[in-house]
Amino acid sequence: MRYTKKDWLLGGLTGLALVVILLLLSVLLGQIAWYGAPVISVEFLTESPGADMVSGGIWPAIYGTVFMTLLMTLAGVPIGIATAIFLSEYASPRSRLAKLVRIAVNNLAGVPSIVFGLFGLGFFIIFVGGGIDSLLYDDTTPVWGRPSILWASLTLAVLTLPVVIVTTEEALRTVPREIRDASLALGATRFQTVYKIVLPNAKGGILTGVILAVSRGAGEVAPIIFCGAANFLPYLPTDLRDMFMHLGYHVYALATQSPNVDAARPTLFGTVLVLLVLTFSLNLLAVIIRARSRAALRT
Amino acid sequence: MLEGPDGAQAVEAERRVTFGPRRSRSKLTSSFRTPLWHRLAEKTIAVLALTAIAAIALIFVFIAREAIPMFWESDFAQEVELPDLFFAKQWHGYDEPVYVWQPVGEPPKYNVIPLFVGSLKVTLLAMLLSVPLGIGCALFTAMYAPRRFREIVKPIIELLAGIPSVVLGFFALMVIASWAQATFGFHFRLNAVVAAIGLALTIVPVIFTISEDALQAVPRTLTEAALALGARKYQVALRVVLPAAIPGIAAGIVLGFGRAIGETMIVLMASGNAAIMELFDFTTSVRTITATIAAELGEVAQGDPHWRVLFLLGVMLFVVTFVLNLLGDLIIQRLHQRLTASS
Repeated sequence: MRYTKKDWLLGGLTGLALVVILLLLSVLLGQIAWYGAPVISVEFLTESPGADMVSGGIWPAIYGTVFMTLLMTLAGVPIGIATAIFLSEYASPRSRLAKLVRIAVNNLAGVPSIVFGLFGLGFFIIFVGGGIDSLLYDDTTPVWGRPSILWASLTLAVLTLPVVIVTTEEALRTVPREIRDASLALGATRFQTVYKIVLPNAKGGILTGVILAVSRGAGEVAPIIFCGAANFLPYLPTDLRDMFMHLGYHVYALATQSPNVDAARPTLFGTVLVLLVLTFSLNLLAVIIRARSRAALRT
Repeated sequence: MLEGPDGAQAVEAERRVTFGPRRSRSKLTSSFRTPLWHRLAEKTIAVLALTAIAAIALIFVFIAREAIPMFWESDFAQEVELPDLFFAKQWHGYDEPVYVWQPVGEPPKYNVIPLFVGSLKVTLLAMLLSVPLGIGCALFTAMYAPRRFREIVKPIIELLAGIPSVVLGFFALMVIASWAQATFGFHFRLNAVVAAIGLALTIVPVIFTISEDALQAVPRTLTEAALALGARKYQVALRVVLPAAIPGIAAGIVLGFGRAIGETMIVLMASGNAAIMELFDFTTSVRTITATIAAELGEVAQGDPHWRVLFLLGVMLFVVTFVLNLLGDLIIQRLHQRLTASS
């Protein structure tokens, strides 16, 4: 096909848009890698920050992020997978309930992250935590009804729920109809078919969804500002009711509340790099697993 | 009840939908076919599937629960008059009625209009940047890029979507702000333009992904027919493919808008956060609804009038994004129906 002048113009303009985006992305990654990499050292990764927040390492923030992410996964993923199984294996697509669940999932995905923060505060901390306190203790000092790693994790579990549901449902749909029919024809119950045939076959896709959700949750800061993230903690969280340090929150706090931002610059770039490496390696893992499970389904 | 082989199938199909045996069946046969724990597990799945619906409802109820007492609390009435939340007021010491957000001022002033203006300014500017960029990228990858190139570009832009917003905020604050000030000579280092550029980085992937899907979904028969009639590639792109995919692109824009207005960390870090009532100057610093909630809620006592107003802002944010999302979904569904009907 011969391209005319106008073709070159349209192709050039749209191509330019792509170039701009790729350029911005590479500047972003390049700057963070360039200024962040020299800061990374064993001490930076394993030590606690000094009292000025800038010296020392970021170990409590790494620990807190991983701990919170694990709790979030434990709480949210089973519910997400169950919902996806319901939508793809049990509910007929025309059923009103399935439609309602789908609308709810889509809307949940679009709720602003700061609104999740308000929800975590209003529901988990004040209503649930405060409720437990008033049941168990006469004391006025809150035990459960205050920000903690538990409430932050549960809030993020709700936030990442739609990601798990949508990707798991997609994975379940890639399992061929014939395998299900064969299993049912052999006398397996519907649940046996789901449990022994569909889930093992969709394992890779489900894992991909879980990892994507985890990487999304690990980087969210807005919901945890009031739900449990701490500026600075001299100890690691050991109890579910402890507050915790978080890589993303650490970046926010250092960048906006530090009295001397220039002094904080290296620490900031180092922390951002660690956060990016954490989320990107999760994303990369998801891409690899997805590619593998697709290849396995094809053969 | 139904009888015969067809009837049994119909019953089985029905059972699939409603879970578990129909009432009319004897307990004996149903427990023979599905062991008790299977049925329990299936019931559990059905109950857990309601979590998403419950979550949406709980979010709304429990945010509203913190805001609504403002309508009858005497504490609140003493500090704020409800119309003052939205209308200009002649404060002591001002020449004319003004819109001011100064919750720690004396007396505290809670007019949400400057925050609305701030959110809209940043969002519109971000859309102005990201709509052409996102659609441009999508059009290029769908129409001009070779297949292999597309398979590389899509994951890269998805990578951009995977960057935590706090990192983008940091990038806007540290890198874009300095660059923009050096290039355009802004009086304020942090302003609506800087925040909008940062915001655009999160919106472009949304618009790109949905638009690209819509462009790809345009039936080949349409493009081939146009080419066979002697149309040039650019004519096919602009007059056939783009119009056919318009609903999908519109959905992308609507969803991108929803994302932009709800984004918190980028605007919190890069917009400067001064609640200035300034409609048309984009180089002044702005304070958005989201940033206001994030920055102020931590320092307010529970149940305080200020606390109630911040939750009211949350309710409004929730309602606006909820409507935008429904709208976006509706458009996408329509598009699917239209395309499947036409092919």
